[in-house]
Amino acid sequence: MSTATTAPVPAAAAQDSPTILSARGVTMRFGGLTAVNKVDMTVHEGEIVGLIGPNGAGKTTFFNCLTGLYKPTEGEVWLAGAELPPKPREVVVAGMARTFQNIRLFANMTALENVMVGRYCRTSSGPLTSILRGPKFRREEEATRARAQELLTFVGLGGKGEHLARNLPYGDQRRLEIARALATDPKVVLLDEPTAGMNPRETEECKDLIFKIRDNGMAVVVIEHDMKFIFNLCDRVLCLVRGELLVEGDPGTVQSDPRVVEAYIGGSELDDEEDEH
Amino acid sequence: MSSSVSNPGSHRAERDPRSWRDRLAAGSPDSPDAPAQLNRAFVIGLVGVALLVASAFMSWTYNPALLGNVTLYGNPGTVQIYLLVMALMALFLLLIRKGPLSRLGRHLGRQTGLRALGIGITLYLVIAVGASIALTDDAMLGALDPGVYVGILGGLLVAAAGHLLPTHKAVGERHQRFPAWLEILVVVLLVALALAAAAYGLGIGDPALFVAFLAFVAVIAAGLARGGFFDWLSIVVGHHRTVLLLATFAAAFAFPLTQNGSDANMSIATSVLIFAATAMGLNIVVGLAGLLDLGYIAFLGAGAYVGAMLSESAFATIDWKPPFIIVALIGALFAALLGLIIGSPTLRVSGDYLAIVTLAFGEIFRLTMFNLDGNNGPDLTHGPNGIPAIPELNFFGFDFGATHAFFGVPITRFANYYFLLLLLIGFIILVFTRLNNSRIGRGWIAIREDEKAAEAMGVNVFGLKILAFAGGAFLAGLAGTVKAHQDVSVTPDQYQFLESAFLLAAVVLGGMGTVGGVLLGAVILKLLPEKLRFFADYRLLLFGLLLVLMMRFRPEGLVANRRRQLEFHDDDEALADEVEAIHTEKVT
Ligand SMILES: Nc1ncnc2c1ncn2[C@@H]1O[C@H](COP(=O)(O)OP(=O)(O)OP(=O)(O)O)[C@@H](O)[C@H]1O
Ligand SMILES: [Mg+2]
Repeated sequence: MSTATTAPVPAAAAQDSPTILSARGVTMRFGGLTAVNKVDMTVHEGEIVGLIGPNGAGKTTFFNCLTGLYKPTEGEVWLAGAELPPKPREVVVAGMARTFQNIRLFANMTALENVMVGRYCRTSSGPLTSILRGPKFRREEEATRARAQELLTFVGLGGKGEHLARNLPYGDQRRLEIARALATDPKVVLLDEPTAGMNPRETEECKDLIFKIRDNGMAVVVIEHDMKFIFNLCDRVLCLVRGELLVEGDPGTVQSDPRVVEAYIGGSELDDEEDEH
Repeated sequence: MSSSVSNPGSHRAERDPRSWRDRLAAGSPDSPDAPAQLNRAFVIGLVGVALLVASAFMSWTYNPALLGNVTLYGNPGTVQIYLLVMALMALFLLLIRKGPLSRLGRHLGRQTGLRALGIGITLYLVIAVGASIALTDDAMLGALDPGVYVGILGGLLVAAAGHLLPTHKAVGERHQRFPAWLEILVVVLLVALALAAAAYGLGIGDPALFVAFLAFVAVIAAGLARGGFFDWLSIVVGHHRTVLLLATFAAAFAFPLTQNGSDANMSIATSVLIFAATAMGLNIVVGLAGLLDLGYIAFLGAGAYVGAMLSESAFATIDWKPPFIIVALIGALFAALLGLIIGSPTLRVSGDYLAIVTLAFGEIFRLTMFNLDGNNGPDLTHGPNGIPAIPELNFFGFDFGATHAFFGVPITRFANYYFLLLLLIGFIILVFTRLNNSRIGRGWIAIREDEKAAEAMGVNVFGLKILAFAGGAFLAGLAGTVKAHQDVSVTPDQYQFLESAFLLAAVVLGGMGTVGGVLLGAVILKLLPEKLRFFADYRLLLFGLLLVLMMRFRPEGLVANRRRQLEFHDDDEALADEVEAIHTEKVT
């Protein structure tokens, strides 16, 4: 967990490693609206992939399809060589965890308890064990607590374990959500706008945190509107527009692609960062 | 739920984690610029207390038959001694401003406490004394002697003093710990006091006197609560949970010994215990997992019917008589099986359906028991007649029906069942607390907080819900098998919807998710109707009124689970800080 590596691994290196997550032809329709239309995505081990696109492009919906919150109308998703099970809980068990665009912490639990809930699917104490309180129960409870504390320290909240989630400042809440996702021992982490509401310093720290997560062997998929952030962070970027995959490639390619600029200018939203490019 | 967290407008600046301590330590108890007002309030309060004391020594009515004789001057009757005690408490709250007691003054909410006490005393005199005398005596208001009016004036003055005192918020006791032995002593003394009060209250025969006693207890409790004493107490208790638990059980075990072989109170006490045990089981379903079960009594009934059908009764319908331990297990498992059957289809969908389905299930159960009489279907339950003449339990030759001597104190039939039920409650509390403080308990909280997020974080939402539902049913079934023997007969009308409603009310009124609160709620809801039989016609009316008032003023119940309290008061920042402070203290 060193912080020394703060630069992307050369894109080629990551893309040579085996595929961990692949989505093929994922389509999600709400009545007449096609929010996600035949999107393909491949993520390799140890890769950081960015997902950009104007508001309403279908990025969050695509995440929901990947994590079982929505059942895609068409298409299939494979994780680590197996087709992804349909239920959110099974997706977590299979090794993919996420954060939410609108933070969904357990507000009245402490930060530490939030992360401990993330350990739920990797622990097994049942009702009888919990009532009898044998050595196995105590060992597991101790390990859960220690791991949760370690993860809090990892995301920089080591001293705030006993704070209620609802009392944490916004940036800390986002990092706590990441810690809670990491607690499920994922192979792939999906982050939905992790820097929304953060100040520039926090955004910088968040970037380092994502590198650290990658260095610990996980693949990361990030949705972001902050272009500078995305292009500095990712090995590869996908741009989604009106539910369709418009461009895919390394940051340089996507950044200079006229269709991407067009999409952002054409949309009602014009990102500040986009002006610079 | 999540909106309170995610709304960027509501997020707060980074705060020093210790700031609550500084804030509290810095807060001076009184604004220094109001000494004149303080003195005025002080004098008014003293005059009020003096009037109260005087009233206690005056006659309240000429009719010696009322309220245990309060006709004498200079010789206070029981209800007048209550008044004296309340007056002394008011004096205490006044005096913590000056002299050696002032150190405490910083920590107690003197102002709010005095006001509550003053209003309480006034209501005590107007309703429990004045109205009680006037309504029973033909002379109506003419039956009242001046003593009552003097007292009412005194009560109003105390309330006024509380109102006039400069406002100050009680400083949390949290960082001022007393020596452990002192705290333990307080806990033990309070439990002993509660036992004495319960024995004393149960011994009161005259309903009017009993109501006066209740009012007295309520006023003292209100004064203590508003005076910040209970906040302090909850912290002390937090330090010594085991002491409290052991002391409470010791007191509960000691209770039959105070009854001298009389069955009158013990029969009430056993029915209270059955009710409390069932309410504790429901507390797992409602308080921990957050599931609304409106038919819980059916699981108690299922256990009771199994217990009756497999008993040695001549009317038992199944010709297999295993020992009671086996019957109890079968009853509990049968109830749990019913829980599984009801729960598995409904727990997958949202909460409202569960309420409707359980409501219907409760009625279906009762009607089924009513109709399995041989005319329609097999004769399993003898229909409306039920299964009577269930024999007493007998453990290894220990006959629950006989009176046994324990160090010379007679232990009657009801006391035998009382002890058994006490063990059962202890078991249920153990299950409750251990599940609550485990991986499973954390999962339940997460589900209550945000079900979708819990599912997306890998919590087995459906599994945990069905566990709570079937586990709760199991415990109720277990209690039911004992109930069958204790009641001697089992009939369908014992298990109607109203009973489920009362169980739920005990959980909600007492405090969902707490042990003490639910026990308290169960005792109150079961004991009061027994003692207030002359009120029977108005029972439901009063009950409804109580529920409405509670939901308006204290939705979290008498004893609040801190986290639950936060769920009810989503925007109470001070409360959030306080809860956090408790967590922080646990680690430091
Ligand atoms: N459950 C739903 N039912 C109907 N329409 C939906 C649903 N969820 C999303 N949509 C629609 O799908 C489209 C894509 O929404 P989505 O939230 O995925 O966009 P996004 O790319 O995440 O945008 P943003 O950058 O604002 O977060 C929107 O038009 C939205 O209204
Ligand atoms: Mg989105």
